Amino acid sequence: MAVLVFLDHESGVIRQASRSAVTAARALGEVHALVTGDAAVADAAARIDGVAKVLRAAGAATAHELAEPLAAVIADLAPAYSHIVAASGASGKNVLPRAAALLDVQPIPDVVSIVDAETFVRPIYAGSALATVKSSDAKKVLTVRASSFDPASAEGGAAPIEQVTVPDGPAVSAFVSIALSKSERPELESARVIVSGGRGMQNEENFKLLNPLADRLGAAIGASRAAVDAGFVPNDYQVGQTGKIVAPDLYIAVGISGAIQHLAGMKDSKVIVAINKDPEAPIFQVADYGLVGDLFEILPQVEAALDTAG
Amino acid sequence: MKVLVPVKRVIDFNIKPRVKADGTGVETAGVKMSMNPFDEIAVEEAVRLKEKGIATEVVVVSVGVQQAQDTLRTAMAMGADRAILVLTDVAVEPLAVAKVLKALVAKESPDLVLLGKQAIDDDMNATGQMLAGLLGWAQGTFASKIEIADGKATVTREIDGGLETLTLTLPAIVTADLRLNEPRYASLPNIMKARKKPLETIAPADLGVDVTPRLTIVSVTEPPARQQGIKVESAADLVARLRNEAKVI
Repeated sequence: MAVLVFLDHESGVIRQASRSAVTAARALGEVHALVTGDAAVADAAARIDGVAKVLRAAGAATAHELAEPLAAVIADLAPAYSHIVAASGASGKNVLPRAAALLDVQPIPDVVSIVDAETFVRPIYAGSALATVKSSDAKKVLTVRASSFDPASAEGGAAPIEQVTVPDGPAVSAFVSIALSKSERPELESARVIVSGGRGMQNEENFKLLNPLADRLGAAIGASRAAVDAGFVPNDYQVGQTGKIVAPDLYIAVGISGAIQHLAGMKDSKVIVAINKDPEAPIFQVADYGLVGDLFEILPQVEAALDTAG
Repeated sequence: MKVLVPVKRVIDFNIKPRVKADGTGVETAGVKMSMNPFDEIAVEEAVRLKEKGIATEVVVVSVGVQQAQDTLRTAMAMGADRAILVLTDVAVEPLAVAKVLKALVAKESPDLVLLGKQAIDDDMNATGQMLAGLLGWAQGTFASKIEIADGKATVTREIDGGLETLTLTLPAIVTADLRLNEPRYASLPNIMKARKKPLETIAPADLGVDVTPRLTIVSVTEPPARQQGIKVESAADLVARLRNEAKVI
């Protein structure tokens, strides 16, 4: 049986995390991709390496990836599939559990490793433990952590595109508006380098002091929950158990103490740098390179060092 | 309008969970337990709706062991009116909880079910969506703002790239994200009052629900530890090491 992968997109661009879901799904069978939106989204899905067929659920009902019609589409398509997979982003987490309920299946969220067709590894307790679980359901519904699977190449495929119908149902929800944070920087989930700030940044104004460093490194900017709660930056910057899960080549934590909930979101980064004035801060336990001191003195020094001999 | 708020008893968020030596799970014996933080936010929001005169009754429910009574009392001390404990020793999964809640919705007929977006123990983030699916109701997940008017809920949602606003026809399901509100602390008089509020105990079987788990835990292990790093002396040293040793810049 083939595997159905829901690819979510933002402003017509398929998320890189969804291409990671394609990679995960390929380990389970032939990949059929479900997309909504314009024909261009379906065309992009068809070009992804490893996608054998694209199913396009077009039309007003699914235009904003609303959970109610989309879960109904997935439940409709499900009989032909052994597994239904999506990336563990806001969209996948919104839609897949609902589809699983329609199928009387217990979903398996945040899969980081596939043992076999029915056994999966997922973090629990903010990553304090890894649970290996085996599903007894006839069909498996999973979301996968993008940081654990390399994204499938955006080019190389030439899959046929089929239209699928959206089942009729009462329109119980309606899209009103979307406000996307505007940024020229890379997305957190796909950035090679992330500069992240915490409570130690003190306020919204000071948080901007991370910009020059991020500019020099071509980095995305992240934040701890403490910084988000304090209103320094919007929630979509948040890295951690309840925010985004990232694993860049380089993660620079500035003024972040390293609560377990934050570590859950970044401890799989290849290289971790911590800058903090408290030498006992837990962030240093996961940092490859720690620098103890006043971040407001250190940041300009790091920038200067990057500018010289760079 | 009646609001139903499911709450879960979990290991307190300040405590670092320890994996059991036999690899069957995480140690909970003798560990401080509290209400799941996201559920506290849901309770707070429901109580605020009542204080604004929008909600008329706030009913809290927990599916779990006898001690989940404490969690329900906490919710009533925050302002919920009454509580239902669906008593079971089974480690219930979101699908089973959603089925229990569906049966309670049939009994209680709430206009809104407000849940935390995820529990911080199993990190499933599924119960609200699954309940919405079982009921065929609208869902507004990861809510940072809720407004109720004219039989509709307008919900602002935290999504990957920013914020999205939806309108949901009531009855509906809303799951709470962190920034929805800041939950209050229960005052001592309210804690005392909560002891006298009604708490009904029923069994899943009374609701005709089979709560047998669908997932078998094969093992629970500690994640691989990161190798201890080093402290560097200066910004220049840091940059040099990132260039020459780690080769990441």
